[in-house]
Amino acid sequence: MDLQDLRELAEKERRSQAPRSIRCCVAAGCTSANSMAVLDNLQQAVQDAGLKDKVHVSPVGCLRLCCEGPLVATDPDGHLYHKVAPGDAEAIVAGLGNGGFAARRGDAASPFFALQASVVLDNCGHVEPERIETYIARDGYTALFKVLREMSPPQVVDEVTRSGLRGRGGAGYPTGVKWSMVAKNQGDRKFVVCNADEGDPGAFMNRSLLESDPHKVLEGMAIAAYAVGASSGYIYVRGEYPLAIARLKTAIKQAGRLGLLGTHRCNSPFDFRIDIRIGAGAFVCGEETALMASIMGERGLPTPRPPYPAEKGLWGCPTLINNVETFANIPAIMRQGADWFAGIGTDSSKGTKVFCVTGKVKNTGLVEVPLGTPLRTIVEDIGGGVPGNGRIKAVQTGGPSGGCIPAQHLDTSVDYEALGQLGSIMGSGGMIVMDEGTDMVDVARFFMTFCMDESCGKCIPCRAGTVQLTHLLTRIIDKVATPQDLELLESLCDMVKNASLCGLGQTAPNPVLSTLRYFRDEYTSRLRAGGVVRRALALPLVSLS
Amino acid sequence: MSHPSGDKRFKILETTMKKHQLLPGALIEVLHAAQELFGYLELDLLYFIARGMKLPPSKVYGVATFYHFFSLKPKGEHTCVVCTGTACYVKGAGELPRAVAEAAHVKEGETTANGKLSLLTARCLGACGMAPAVVLDGSMKGHATPDNLLQQVQGWLAGGPARSA
Repeated sequence: MDLQDLRELAEKERRSQAPRSIRCCVAAGCTSANSMAVLDNLQQAVQDAGLKDKVHVSPVGCLRLCCEGPLVATDPDGHLYHKVAPGDAEAIVAGLGNGGFAARRGDAASPFFALQASVVLDNCGHVEPERIETYIARDGYTALFKVLREMSPPQVVDEVTRSGLRGRGGAGYPTGVKWSMVAKNQGDRKFVVCNADEGDPGAFMNRSLLESDPHKVLEGMAIAAYAVGASSGYIYVRGEYPLAIARLKTAIKQAGRLGLLGTHRCNSPFDFRIDIRIGAGAFVCGEETALMASIMGERGLPTPRPPYPAEKGLWGCPTLINNVETFANIPAIMRQGADWFAGIGTDSSKGTKVFCVTGKVKNTGLVEVPLGTPLRTIVEDIGGGVPGNGRIKAVQTGGPSGGCIPAQHLDTSVDYEALGQLGSIMGSGGMIVMDEGTDMVDVARFFMTFCMDESCGKCIPCRAGTVQLTHLLTRIIDKVATPQDLELLESLCDMVKNASLCGLGQTAPNPVLSTLRYFRDEYTSRLRAGGVVRRALALPLVSLS
Repeated sequence: MSHPSGDKRFKILETTMKKHQLLPGALIEVLHAAQELFGYLELDLLYFIARGMKLPPSKVYGVATFYHFFSLKPKGEHTCVVCTGTACYVKGAGELPRAVAEAAHVKEGETTANGKLSLLTARCLGACGMAPAVVLDGSMKGHATPDNLLQQVQGWLAGGPARSA
């Protein structure tokens, strides 16, 4: 396929679009609330009303407000329907072009939508994830053609560097720097890997994106492959995401059939093939060296860095590993330029970030905002605050590696540095709102139990340390801990943080440290009075079953 | 190479292994395929895979036991998977496995003695919008409470037909 063919395909698809459309969300959140039946009934209702040529019913990806699913949107009316039951289909079709179906209509202009930005999610809820034509009709794959025809690989790397894009997996490493390292390193083969092992509990950004707009990620990977000189790539997806896997497989097949991926892609001398690797339920595999071990069919154990994957990655070859959302930013940067992208966000954190706002909050769902947006805007205006009369106590970001940000810091700007200063991290994008009824020590134990279960067991500080920390937290919750136990807890946190091999262990104490920092009295008020040293020494650090 | 049992599923698995033989590091893919065919990974099946892929059995066993997704024991007639993600947790999902475990006399991650029910937990299912979420025999239900969950589970334990909650 060449650029002319692509343009014709886009034009053909745009011409074939009906004047009215009904979009029904078929991402995992809504499908588990029965949206497939809603979709069938909508299609049937359109047919029954004799409107088949005038109204197109399309199965689309995430419409963001997950708590109100199944969601249905109509164009050009601009209505958004909440909690649609299969029986509502006729009324929705009957309401097209007039006032709509009042009983289920939500407010499409509410702050939840009005305050959001759209860079990564601009196609979400618009393209049909299983039809590549709909992606192409929205300028899909034009960035790839532009790059292959007009830019040299160093120019592409330079553009990414200038955009200021930082890794969206959590650590925030500058993407351009990573790309230039892989591009510089010599190797017989090079690989591009997309990390879609979204393991943080309470985070589903990557899943939604892959289910809603898989081609955007493929296009980003294809551009990266050209920039660094790779000819094969892997997407490592969680096994818990069957729908995302199925849609990715379809997308790869369709892109291959059109000659956008594979041998001599896009009529260029370059080859790039993408394979899917399905994860098997190990949180540690989100860590890049463990992820590579898993792709190579091994136990997912991390290895010390250096050497970094950019030097010695898959099968000893230079390997570029980026998160799903990082790749999804690339097509827009190439189409609209680094300066445009760098104009969004703050000085050090450019662009937008997708968050999953969940927990004790009125509007749960997918939220994309420019970096630098105050946390309060996200959880109170967009999220709608705690349902009922409750008040926010803290917001947890960054999953088991992150921390709890207390209510007094809600005006913090959400960027990599500011969150770091508060003892949390940006993380992959989970944002869990906790109300005043939440027990912070219990939350700390919840995350520590998670890390204990997920520790791969390779290094002792993490394997044994997380077990001991869980025990200590349990003692505090059971009100049998002494002040010495609290001291031990703090020194052990320090040890696990500094002595663990990989990110899992190094960040595992964060939820404890951040709750200690802001909610210390919840710990101290449960300690046993009196200074009797009880059992503090009976918790040896190394003798574990 | 074929399996003495004559079970046709081994034939299918063999084809998968052959297909993957050209690619390095396909063991996890093959284990996924095997679990899909057989439901769980019996030791005999792991030996079969080791021979087929020309790998030491220790390696196959090591990989199969490392990942939570692979099960070396058969699952019960019905499965109840409780999401233990953070969003579900802050909305009270912590109570759910406890309630089921108590009512069904089964431990988390295990199957009742009569083989009726497996109680499993999952890391975030990504259905945080309907937290707490559970998956009952493969279909997802939101807003679970100990009461509505137990009702369903007790129906299963009594040997009733598989119905959705």
